[in-house]
Amino acid sequence: MTAALLVATALMGLAGTAAGAIAPVRFRIALSSALTIAACALGFVVGAEVLHSGHAAVVHTTTLMPLASFSLALDRFGALFVVITAVVGICAMIFRFGYDGQGLASRTASSILPLFVTSLLLVPAASNVTTFLFLWELMAITSLLLVLTDHARRSEVQVAGQWYAVMTQLGAAALILGLVLLATRSGSQSFAVIAVRSAHLPAWVRSTAFVLAVVGFGSKAGAVPLHVWLPRAHPEAPGPVSALMSAAMVNLGVYGIVRVGMGLLSGGPAWWWLLVMGLGALSAMFGSLHSATSKDLKRLLAYSTTDNVGLMLLGVGASGLFADTGHRALALLALVAALLHVVFHAVFKGSLFLSASSVHQAAGSTDLDQLGGLLRRMPVSGPIFLVGGLAIAALPPFCGFVSEWLLLQSMLHGLPSGDVAIAVAMPIGVGVLALTGGLTAFTFTKAIGIGLLGLPRTQDAERAGEVGRPMWIGAGLLAVLCLVFGVAPFLVIPSVVDAAGAVPGLHLAGALTRGWNVALPGVPGMLAPGLVAIGLVGFGGLVALGRHLVQQRPVRLTEAWGCGRELQTVRMEYTATSFGEPLTRVFEDVLSPARDVDVSHLAESRYYTEAAVIHTTIDDAFERRVYRPADRMLVRWGAVARRVPNGSVHRYLAFGLVALIVVLVVLA
Amino acid sequence: MSTGWSITSMSAISLLQVVLVIVGGPLLLGFMRKVRCRMEGRVGPPVHQPLLDLRKMAGRERTRPEHASWVFPLAPVVLVATTLVVAAVAPLLATDPAFGWSADLFAVVFLLLLGSVSLALGALDTGTAFGGMGASRAMTIGALAEPALLVAILALSVPAHSSNLPTIIIRSLAHPAWLATPERVLALVAFVIVIVAESGRLPVDNPSTHLELTMIHEAMMLEYAGPDLALVKLAESMRLVVLFTLLADLFVPWGIATSPGPWHLAVALASTAGKLVVLGAALAVFEVTVAKLRLFRVPELLAGAFVLATLAVLSTLVVP
Repeated sequence: MTAALLVATALMGLAGTAAGAIAPVRFRIALSSALTIAACALGFVVGAEVLHSGHAAVVHTTTLMPLASFSLALDRFGALFVVITAVVGICAMIFRFGYDGQGLASRTASSILPLFVTSLLLVPAASNVTTFLFLWELMAITSLLLVLTDHARRSEVQVAGQWYAVMTQLGAAALILGLVLLATRSGSQSFAVIAVRSAHLPAWVRSTAFVLAVVGFGSKAGAVPLHVWLPRAHPEAPGPVSALMSAAMVNLGVYGIVRVGMGLLSGGPAWWWLLVMGLGALSAMFGSLHSATSKDLKRLLAYSTTDNVGLMLLGVGASGLFADTGHRALALLALVAALLHVVFHAVFKGSLFLSASSVHQAAGSTDLDQLGGLLRRMPVSGPIFLVGGLAIAALPPFCGFVSEWLLLQSMLHGLPSGDVAIAVAMPIGVGVLALTGGLTAFTFTKAIGIGLLGLPRTQDAERAGEVGRPMWIGAGLLAVLCLVFGVAPFLVIPSVVDAAGAVPGLHLAGALTRGWNVALPGVPGMLAPGLVAIGLVGFGGLVALGRHLVQQRPVRLTEAWGCGRELQTVRMEYTATSFGEPLTRVFEDVLSPARDVDVSHLAESRYYTEAAVIHTTIDDAFERRVYRPADRMLVRWGAVARRVPNGSVHRYLAFGLVALIVVLVVLA
Repeated sequence: MSTGWSITSMSAISLLQVVLVIVGGPLLLGFMRKVRCRMEGRVGPPVHQPLLDLRKMAGRERTRPEHASWVFPLAPVVLVATTLVVAAVAPLLATDPAFGWSADLFAVVFLLLLGSVSLALGALDTGTAFGGMGASRAMTIGALAEPALLVAILALSVPAHSSNLPTIIIRSLAHPAWLATPERVLALVAFVIVIVAESGRLPVDNPSTHLELTMIHEAMMLEYAGPDLALVKLAESMRLVVLFTLLADLFVPWGIATSPGPWHLAVALASTAGKLVVLGAALAVFEVTVAKLRLFRVPELLAGAFVLATLAVLSTLVVP
């Protein structure tokens, strides 16, 4: 039954692709989106059914690909990711009905988008190396083409596309090497067989395969230092695509690390997991610092994705570390926390990216310094962004709070385990979690306060109005989920526990939920998100009522105080740059911002200033220190190498001869 | 944990805690002001002056800047509500108020953070330079104080194997020797620094300044008037009481009621009042003797707190 549905999902997605390619312009978007929604709905049903029953959905055929079988087997762990992708996909496609992206309406984009969503849905189901790599590459290439949608209009898109192409292909190369190494050494390309035989492989094979997998999947997840494509590609991709990439695609990087590290290799030595935790800590710190100082809304969200991926990797690494030292229950707890964060991140980041695109469409910019006052002008999309922002800042009663709490708990309870590696790693983990928590609150106070509140800073922002209904429905569904999961996490936690339990060797003694509350087995005290929400609403209502009763005169609208000046103008308002300035200064050594002051003088006398303009740019340190020099070096080598083939046929014949001799010598 | 505690008594304790925080907050501020004035050789206003101020503000007209949205009037309500939720469920007077099992230290921190974020958003909503300035500075300090606070909490939670507040307090009462361990002392210092920073006291922020360049907390409430201003001021004092009481209960828990009954509660009330008076007087005396730090020196202070908290966690592992 589930197998048939899985096939139907794929076919429905392909139907969407076909519809995008051949349907007449008038129905193109509607038809391809509707078919993609249907594919996501089918995927959701399969995923939910597998999660519920625990019976894998298996599809196996040898006719689709030459020399290799095409094989899908969706277990509970993969099913969780399918469900996440399906929900995000449905919302993004609903959003697309109202989205005014000229590029995304084209024939190419309309046919590729369903293919991208389908590959996202199927990757977690792949159960042999060929199938996995095929679907993985399909996902990489379709997403690259979608990032390039608007390449003709803006040159930044081309640059973003180049970065993304290089990073994703480097990652894919690492993955191919790692997985092929595993497959050849264990004599089978089936994941199930590799999982059984991998225990007998030599340690260097296992470790090499794992490190290669971490590099490959880490680049897809956007983990530092492989994140450089993310803050470029996400802002340039059309709205629904960036939401899908950030809320569904990066998850698969985390999926892959768990699948290979804990599934295929059944866990490994402590240093593997310390490596994962280290990458996670670095990503979380670096991402949250850069998102705190970014002034472009989408760039800020992209860096915050890196930050959140870091938190997920912290959880995954902690889980592996616990499993390695024999703390099975703690290992599961940490993995559940990480996966729960994957789920919640998808929900809030999806709604944030979609509503940021709404803002872009309404106000013509995502530069926070060009926005402002949008909450009054966009009475639905504004609150959606507000909810997403509060959720990502881990504030109750929204969902981010629950997963961060669980992550903190898993580290707290891991501490007394007596192992030195754990004793060093966990306090650092908590410190990172805490610092990113504070920085995220800062970031989204800035994003909401500068972008949505106050005075509009430009004419475009002044004239902005609410976007079309499909757009706010798509983003709004995810925002509603932020609240629902934040108040009633018991709706999702058992499924996540089931999914994590599918990883071999982990088990939990007892449930993580007690009624509406989140509780750890055998530990007094619980987290009561529902109660917190009721308390907030109840006390808030009482306070508001009290305020109304003591002062019933209507609220008087006044001019805000402008330091004694007659009129308050937009020029006096704080901007995103000025808001982030104290933090930029505190972390000056890490961020090394470049300041550029242009002062122009009056013609009559140079002692009087006519205008002063300050530009602050914060470059990505990894881009500046690692990637740019590497890029320059490659170009230089290329120039040298170009001199070797100079077009002379004699020289090419000589090359051939030398190559032949070398081959003969090697063979002999 | 809820052995022998009837629902009525637990609800009564919660109610009493809420009342204590609402009334005690302004009184504590008044008391601290009195101490300061006395130290500076002035008579000073009566201790209950902040309560009178609140009554006066409540009778005035509410105003709203014309460009502000619904966030502006909502912010004070959220700010007060978050503090009240903490006051109701946290073990301030007794180890088992209603829903005490849900009083998790991390949850308390995030609830208070929600209040801070909502005030910052209310300030940004005014669209003035001051609102932005105050919000930016307050959030910077908050972002840096949070790591120190969470790691200090971790140090307290490790020996108790739980971050549940009543559990930590009950276990500390059962093992008084814990309170003198190095990690407690280190965590205590970190806590104090964070509380001073979070509640906007000297040397981080001067609550009585109205000089534009030095304002942090005051800058955020410039546009509030009437009952809204009263709520923001009330919340400020309530947060101070909640943080002080938690500090006292975590590090010197004696006096807190461990079983229901009016007698125990009376003792708890008296001891809490005593602890608050001592802490308030200490902070007031300290405030008289120090000058405000430059804004960009504050991160150093908070980084110090973070280091102390980390040391506290590490010493929980070294010292069994």
